Amino acid sequence: MKRNKLVYAILLFLSITLCVQSCQNENSINYKRYYVNGKGLYEKHCQGCHGADGEGLGTLYPPLTDSNYLKLNRNKLAFMIKNGQNEEIRINNIVFQGQMPGNNSLPDIDVAQIIVLVASVKKTPYTMTIKIF
Amino acid sequence: MKKLFYFATALIAFQSCSDTSNTKLPILGNREPVERIVDGKTVIDTVYQTISAFSYLNQDSLPVTDQDFDGKIYVADFFFTSCNTICPIMQRNLLDVYKKFKGNPKVKLLSHSIDVKYDLPSRLKTYASKLGLEGNQWEFVHGSRDSIFNIAAKNYLVSAFEDSSDPQGLVHQGWFILIDTKKQLRGAYDGTKAEQVKQLMEDMEKLLIEEADEEK
Repeated sequence: MKRNKLVYAILLFLSITLCVQSCQNENSINYKRYYVNGKGLYEKHCQGCHGADGEGLGTLYPPLTDSNYLKLNRNKLAFMIKNGQNEEIRINNIVFQGQMPGNNSLPDIDVAQIIVLVASVKKTPYTMTIKIF
Repeated sequence: MKKLFYFATALIAFQSCSDTSNTKLPILGNREPVERIVDGKTVIDTVYQTISAFSYLNQDSLPVTDQDFDGKIYVADFFFTSCNTICPIMQRNLLDVYKKFKGNPKVKLLSHSIDVKYDLPSRLKTYASKLGLEGNQWEFVHGSRDSIFNIAAKNYLVSAFEDSSDPQGLVHQGWFILIDTKKQLRGAYDGTKAEQVKQLMEDMEKLLIEEADEEK
């Protein structure tokens, strides 16, 4: 009897983990779907200036590797992709002054997929700059 | 007998390898036959298309003429600074070419701006310094509308024109044209394709060797 209980417990545990696992799988499948579509869209609309690895180009086009900037401006990203931007910005501690054209014709779902891709770009390690007077 | 056979095939294989690496780059463009009389006999010579004389202003507002390219090989392209379609890809690739041949006194790069209205030398300077460039090995030039569009169409055989139906008003091809010391066209490469740009760099080295041999 005792052994049967143990077997049931193990089966229960297994089925629960399986459920959780499958949930996660669905999430990751969704993520992958966004990622793959985002990659295609990135290559078409963004890569020319921002580079294949989001490395940017000189001080002409900013890299997409500043995790701090992306975090602070998370709410603006979709707007920037859609409507462009021409403010002076500071990325990885370098000032960029230029005009990014907007992509008004992009549907919202495409913008979301591009943001998923941009978020996946390998970021530069965060370095704190301390000014000593 | 068998050994001899192996040796012969190996020899042929090696021979064919060295043959391909020794082929010279073709001379491109229009050509016309010219008759000359040498030692009383009529000989037909081929005259190849060359780049005609030009004079532009570069990113430092200094005049740049064809004479600045005498004795050098160079790569020419057509772009404009506010272009957001193929130019960033082209100039990113050309930057790789620049980095490879940086400091080589025999190599220059020449980017013509086709946005004659807005790309004044000051704007070209900003663009060049944002790319991280110093000096004048890579010239960005501003010229009159006619001279730029004429030299593109007639000399470099690159299509570039103003088109009001285009969102940016300017249409151009992304060719990198390789020019030798005799101002002849020796190669055309799609500046937006990485493998063609790699081919360009290989061909430039080949051309440099050819030019060095001719100097001797």
